[in-house]
Amino acid sequence: MAVATNVDLTSNLAGIVSPNPFWLASAPPTNTYGQVARAFDCGWGGAVWKTIGQPIVNVYSRYGGIDSGTQKLIGLNNIELITDRPVEDNLREMKLVKKRYPKHSLIASLMVESKREVWHEIVKRTYGETGCDGFELNFGCPHGMSERGMGAAVGQVPEYCQQIVEWVKEVSTIPVITKLTPNVADITYPARAAKRGKTDAVSAINTINSLMGVDLDVMAPRPNVAGKGSHGGYCGPAVKPIALNFVSSIAADPELAGLPISGIGGISTWKDAAEFIALGCANVQVCTAVMHYGFRIVEDMIDGLSNWMSDKGYARLTDFQGLAVPSIQKWENLDLNHFIRAHIDQTTCIGCELCFIACEDGAHQALALAPKNGKRLVEVKEDMCVGCNLCSLVCPVPGCITMRKVENGAPSVSWKQYSSGAGTLAPRPQHYHTVEE
Amino acid sequence: MSLRTAGAGAPLTAADIAHNFLELHPALTDAEAVAESNRCLFCYDAPCTIACPTHIDVPGFIKKIANDNLKGAARVILDANPMGHSCARACPVEVLCEGACVMNQQEHRAIAIGRLQRHATDAVLAKSWKLFAPGTPSGKKVAVVGAGPAGLACAQELRRAGHAVVMFDARKQPGGLNTFGIAQYKLRPDTALAEAKTILDLGVELRTGVTIGADLSFEQLGRDFDAIFLGVGLGGTHSLGIPGEGHAAVVDALSFIEQLKTRPYGTFAPPARVLVIGGGNTAVDAATQAKRLGAERVAFVYRRSEDEAPAYDFEIALVRASGCELHWLTAPVEVVVEGGAVTGLKCVKMALGAPDASGRRGVTPVAGSEHVLPCDLVIKALGQTKRVELLRAIPGVQLDGAGRVVIDEHGRTANPKVFAGGDCVNGGKEIVNAAADGKRAAAAISSFLEGH
Repeated sequence: MAVATNVDLTSNLAGIVSPNPFWLASAPPTNTYGQVARAFDCGWGGAVWKTIGQPIVNVYSRYGGIDSGTQKLIGLNNIELITDRPVEDNLREMKLVKKRYPKHSLIASLMVESKREVWHEIVKRTYGETGCDGFELNFGCPHGMSERGMGAAVGQVPEYCQQIVEWVKEVSTIPVITKLTPNVADITYPARAAKRGKTDAVSAINTINSLMGVDLDVMAPRPNVAGKGSHGGYCGPAVKPIALNFVSSIAADPELAGLPISGIGGISTWKDAAEFIALGCANVQVCTAVMHYGFRIVEDMIDGLSNWMSDKGYARLTDFQGLAVPSIQKWENLDLNHFIRAHIDQTTCIGCELCFIACEDGAHQALALAPKNGKRLVEVKEDMCVGCNLCSLVCPVPGCITMRKVENGAPSVSWKQYSSGAGTLAPRPQHYHTVEE
Repeated sequence: MSLRTAGAGAPLTAADIAHNFLELHPALTDAEAVAESNRCLFCYDAPCTIACPTHIDVPGFIKKIANDNLKGAARVILDANPMGHSCARACPVEVLCEGACVMNQQEHRAIAIGRLQRHATDAVLAKSWKLFAPGTPSGKKVAVVGAGPAGLACAQELRRAGHAVVMFDARKQPGGLNTFGIAQYKLRPDTALAEAKTILDLGVELRTGVTIGADLSFEQLGRDFDAIFLGVGLGGTHSLGIPGEGHAAVVDALSFIEQLKTRPYGTFAPPARVLVIGGGNTAVDAATQAKRLGAERVAFVYRRSEDEAPAYDFEIALVRASGCELHWLTAPVEVVVEGGAVTGLKCVKMALGAPDASGRRGVTPVAGSEHVLPCDLVIKALGQTKRVELLRAIPGVQLDGAGRVVIDEHGRTANPKVFAGGDCVNGGKEIVNAAADGKRAAAAISSFLEGH
């Protein structure tokens, strides 16, 4: 169990207060009372119930996975639709959850056809019958429902987002979270639209449109249903960098300042969660990691985050929420005179030479093979190294290759400054050999 | 795995012996192979490949296993090393590829290269893949003398180059020591024979039961063939030169091993007390297998110390793990025969002296240290003699002072038509060295036949 710390993990997303920032995302793990009750018993702070809406029928083959070596499921996709259970069953079970777990956050995820009276009806009925703490509007699912004008079909059109948020806000007495799709070029447009519609918060990202792979024996995508497949929603650890980029662009957008964000996308560990919070999220939602390992993973999420916060001196989430946002800048503001160079610790090098071939074939030809005294050495050609990091990224030995600052004495200058005539560039090394005919 | 041991008057059953001879390094499951292949870092200019005498592209074939291209993996292995099946099992990987693996530093555990190689090559036999085809007929005919690893490797490459190949062997079956001489818990005869068959299936004509020099003269070979490869291996075991050595209960290690490998389990049992004389890997094989056959007490007797023993450290460790006793600095002086039966081996303790010219420390007997080690059977593992008489009879072929065939870096003897490789050249090394030799000689033979 978690060690005792003086850290307070209480999270507050647009007034929805949870014992910790770890929510289950609207997905298969939140389909039933039994699952959500078990999750809360394990320590989850909140749950967004699997999306409720008009009756649907699911196919049987629903998920596809992608592995990396022996690491299973770095990515998962699904062609499963919203809940296929009757609305009344869902509402009855949600009410029971709320009754038995009053301190945990219970959010109703909704997706119905784009009609004002239909949205009014589902919002009023859901709150009336469950007493849930908030709504999440599912404008994100890229598959299936989008063919029927719902999910991503709404999320991709800012006007539709705004319209439906407005309808919901007309009748909702509890906070409304708008869940955004990543299947857009610039997520700030639908986020701004939701804000104009008076959403209380946004959550991002929903799943990414994807085709997981082709089964080469049957010449059909994975997963396939009787030999036919369809694009589906992609999630899991592999999507985290994409999710972080979307989240940071919302967090950094001046027009969206102050809009609470619930971070979603590939979160599997406390570190992942901390990164989303550092980029401005008030809490996080998790799905794939639970689908892989079960609800028990929250124990280390709570423990790890608490220990790290304690070590860093952060007493509550808001102490570090958003701290990394200002560091995310346009490329034109980066310092052109900040030089770094690879340094190889020959005492820990194991001689695999992956750094050499990566640099030679894949980057900037700045490493040399220099066998010495029967040992296989790789040496840095100082006049060729551009500090790209690749060697340190492929090196299997922790800490063997480090990128070290090179003092060039030059004051910093950005491209923005340099291209407008300000500042001077430090002398650049001759990086490339010229070829003579 | 713990060995089953015989009780007094209760010899091991065939099932017990089969248990004792379970493979030391069994096949990987598919799941294990995926996990292990994914551990490989895919080193550039990989140390494992450099360490292999046949320079198999180890990271290349392991990557293919990870990428679900088992056939490609097997082809990489067997293209570099035609003896890839037997080497996967019997190579001293601890001192070759796996010993060189960078993962020894990274995780203190090398990639299981030998077992991965077996995973890929086993599939060839299981699925009857034909990975290589004979080359366009060159019209040339080559005699390969000896169907052991060197000869088989040479034959595969000659057939791929399109030359007709006739292979001669004195035994009834091909494979040489692969079939008859490797410890049973490493390599079984059926695997060695299946491996040989993959090469014979390329269109090699095998003539067994033919001893060159006796049944067929070299002069005749020279007339019938455009080139000759000598892969004749070594001869019988050296003799001890001590009284009592002629007794029937004093046997040589290779014939002991051949017996156990060619007879059904349970039909060949050593007596209760066995002494193995020698300090090499064959002595290890004899001792560990005598124990596995049910001998109650097996002891290893070597005149120098453990540091000087030519057996690999991991083999000595296996001797210990098999429950054998080790008598270092102990030299035999007489086989004690009482009432017509061997009852012991009289030995003398030895003392280490100064290093000789080769750096190896000599030994001298310790006065008054004679003692008798009781035993019922003495197994001699003193190294094999060279086939000097046979080889001297071949015109133009020269032998060095140790009786080894002299060749150049291409495997050519001084007779332009005659090439050689394997134990008869290197004095007795591993299968992989023989395979490398055979392959190298095949390239030289092709050059010779094509008039380069």
